[in-house]
Amino acid sequence: MADVDLEGPNAKRHPFQAVLFRHPRAKLGLTLTPPLAWLLVFYLGSLALLLVNAFWKVDVFTGQIVHDWGLQNFKILWETPVYRTITIRTVWIAGIVTVADIVLAMPIAYFAARMARPRVRSLILVAVVVPLWTSYLIRAFAWQTITAPGGLFEWVLDGLGIPSPGIGNSLWSIGLTFTYLWLPFVVLPIYAALERLPDSYLEASSDLGARGWTTFRRVVWPLALPGIVAGSIFSFSLTLGDYIAPILVGNTKFIGNVIYDNVGIANNIPFAAAFAMVPVAIMAVYLAIARKLGAFEAL
Amino acid sequence: MESKGTRFAIRLGTVLTLIFLYVPLAVVVIYAFNDSVAQVWPPKGFTTKWFSLAFGDASMRAAFLNSIKVASVTTAIALVLGSLAAFAVHRYRFFGRQAVSFLLVLPIALPGIITAMALRTGINSVGISFSLWTIMIGHATFCIVVVFNNVVARLRRTPTSLVEASMDLGADGWQTFRRITLPAIATALVAGGLLAFALSFDEIIVTNFVSGSEITLPKWIFNAIRLPRNRPEANAVAALVMLLSLVPVYLAQRLAGGGSASRRGAVTAREMEVPGE
Repeated sequence: MADVDLEGPNAKRHPFQAVLFRHPRAKLGLTLTPPLAWLLVFYLGSLALLLVNAFWKVDVFTGQIVHDWGLQNFKILWETPVYRTITIRTVWIAGIVTVADIVLAMPIAYFAARMARPRVRSLILVAVVVPLWTSYLIRAFAWQTITAPGGLFEWVLDGLGIPSPGIGNSLWSIGLTFTYLWLPFVVLPIYAALERLPDSYLEASSDLGARGWTTFRRVVWPLALPGIVAGSIFSFSLTLGDYIAPILVGNTKFIGNVIYDNVGIANNIPFAAAFAMVPVAIMAVYLAIARKLGAFEAL
Repeated sequence: MESKGTRFAIRLGTVLTLIFLYVPLAVVVIYAFNDSVAQVWPPKGFTTKWFSLAFGDASMRAAFLNSIKVASVTTAIALVLGSLAAFAVHRYRFFGRQAVSFLLVLPIALPGIITAMALRTGINSVGISFSLWTIMIGHATFCIVVVFNNVVARLRRTPTSLVEASMDLGADGWQTFRRITLPAIATALVAGGLLAFALSFDEIIVTNFVSGSEITLPKWIFNAIRLPRNRPEANAVAALVMLLSLVPVYLAQRLAGGGSASRRGAVTAREMEVPGE
């Protein structure tokens, strides 16, 4: 221990720490390995097995998985019209839900970020988050009772003298439920993006003669875009991956329901695995675009 | 800046969104006190019998306890792994750093059914049987990022000069961690931990795939609301959980709001103790 000074101040007292001090890479390894190993083993490992399973099949007689490599599951997916319909329906509803959430989130996010006094601002933020602490199932099911015949929705329309469109147990009620469930996840990143928008930009825009709409279109929207895209990742992805709300508030099948049924009732894991690759592919494209738009910093 | 009309429209939009957010919650609470099993509007009579039914329900209490167990262990795992990941990504520049951040976010960026399906396939392939442990593994996988996000954001706002000063003054790694780093990230840990707990406690998408015959509170609710006669009891349970959850919401808000000022105070106070060591 001749060169004790080079080893850091406490080399004698803590030889182990001294080693770490001299080898920052070792320290990095110790810090990074546990979380990385967890995600590699449990998550990426499972994802890889899922991918592998998608190329196997189930023996019709024994119900056992046969390690018989082939594209049979994907062929069924591609050639069966009902699966195509379900895929298009799921993506379509995910898109509509996302747009609806952005429209609903913009005013409240803007108000909280730029118009409200600090006290009101934190009250609004709490108000947006509180629903997330209530059972997701119960919130989804609340929409079943609201939209069902004889529910609150009909009662309100009755009071206003409007004939009820009968949205209970339909694609409408499912879309409404999704819009409701994911709204807080969309408001928060948009709020964060709008809060960072400097006042001077808006002043400059108005000094240069831009009206409200022009300022919104050319200053607010582009700068809020990363936050908006970040929020949209949540609403889009959560809709793609949900099979509970379609069971509770409607009787229409989504991608998640087909996967759930194939795991539970049909016990066809390989086919479920193959269908699970569809949302993975869709999200891969979506995330690639989101990355281009700078949404990852806003997540 | 904004015209009068715009400001009015934004205010109106804010109020409408708030109403939209709270009508279903109000409906749940009102139906929890509804005399009739049929959930028709307006409710006919008032009762508290669903609450006494829920309190006396052994299956509900068992499910509740399971959920507490799962959420506690999940939160502990997420706190350790999430903050380790945050330190690694914040302190070091290394090859694949971006990939690590991406891998952390992936379980919440990809649809829930993918995580669910993948974990189920993984667990089946290895040959482990489903238990509370498999639920905890599933939940921790997507809760790590919640803690990571909170801690990494806090580390970015905490000046590294504090750590350097502590080391210069002769504190060793452990002393610096305990007296400088830990107080600086404490509130971020609590906020991230609360969020992880809440996510795990309420999770159903992944739970359904990795729980086997174990019943958690969301699974109990899922079974209850599909049987019309059990719905009022499920509403009562939801109202109770809502009431319970106000405690962590209040705590999280206090930590987020008063965090920066008290944190600086805590750091200053600790800093003064270090030279004495």
